[in-house]
Amino acid sequence: MLLKMEKHNNGLIVQLKGELDHHSTENTRQKIDQQYFDKNLINMVLDLRELNFMDSSGIGLIMGRYKNCKERKGNIVLVSNNSYIDRMLKMSGLLKIINVYPTIEEAVENL
Amino acid sequence: MLEKNYMKLEFLSKSNNESFARVVVAAFASQLDPTLEELSDIKTAVSEAVTNAIIHGYEYKEGIVIVESRIENNQIEITVEDKGMGIADIHKAMEPFYTSKPDLERSGMGFTVMETFMDRLEVESIKGEGTKIKMVKTFKSLSSEE
Repeated sequence: MLLKMEKHNNGLIVQLKGELDHHSTENTRQKIDQQYFDKNLINMVLDLRELNFMDSSGIGLIMGRYKNCKERKGNIVLVSNNSYIDRMLKMSGLLKIINVYPTIEEAVENL
Repeated sequence: MLEKNYMKLEFLSKSNNESFARVVVAAFASQLDPTLEELSDIKTAVSEAVTNAIIHGYEYKEGIVIVESRIENNQIEITVEDKGMGIADIHKAMEPFYTSKPDLERSGMGFTVMETFMDRLEVESIKGEGTKIKMVKTFKSLSSEE
């Protein structure tokens, strides 16, 4: 799993590349949380466009980051244009509480 | 032209074997010329079952996970088996969003994903002896050409 993280105002933009399964979520979660809490951020953008695999462990990771953002009165949005990832998101019911945008620019605008 | 085929895979219950297992099963399934979507379905379902074996079956302790797959005509059957602790209440375990390990940020979606992406799912579990998950999927891409 390759992670690219960038601070944008009071939010963290995370670009994930690779496979998000149980094995990779543990490390990914730690790295995201470290940046988010160390930099004292509120909002988060998770860019899932470069993921070529995600199972329910990935859904668990997104739910966990959603909780963290809500606890800090922040917002979390997703970026996706991948039908396979979208199918997982839809099945999980996450789309009822988290918005998805096709580009980072649109996601940031809607934070 | 269509034949029967069979494979068996055994590996340690390490989380880095999750991707190994799903890639092997996908490679085995590819002889049926599945669509990319069907292949993703299989990879995801296998990943869920193997993850369950590692987290819940063996609770991160060392054990052996056995994956078997059978192909017959345009149908694939996959079993994922562990000799771990077994599931105390299968009905509860299969409820969407239920997880016995909420502290680990588990979504509780594993069985729901397997049920959605495969045509059939059977779970056999004996407390203290282990769990066997059997999943079946028929590839539509191939049957439509017949």
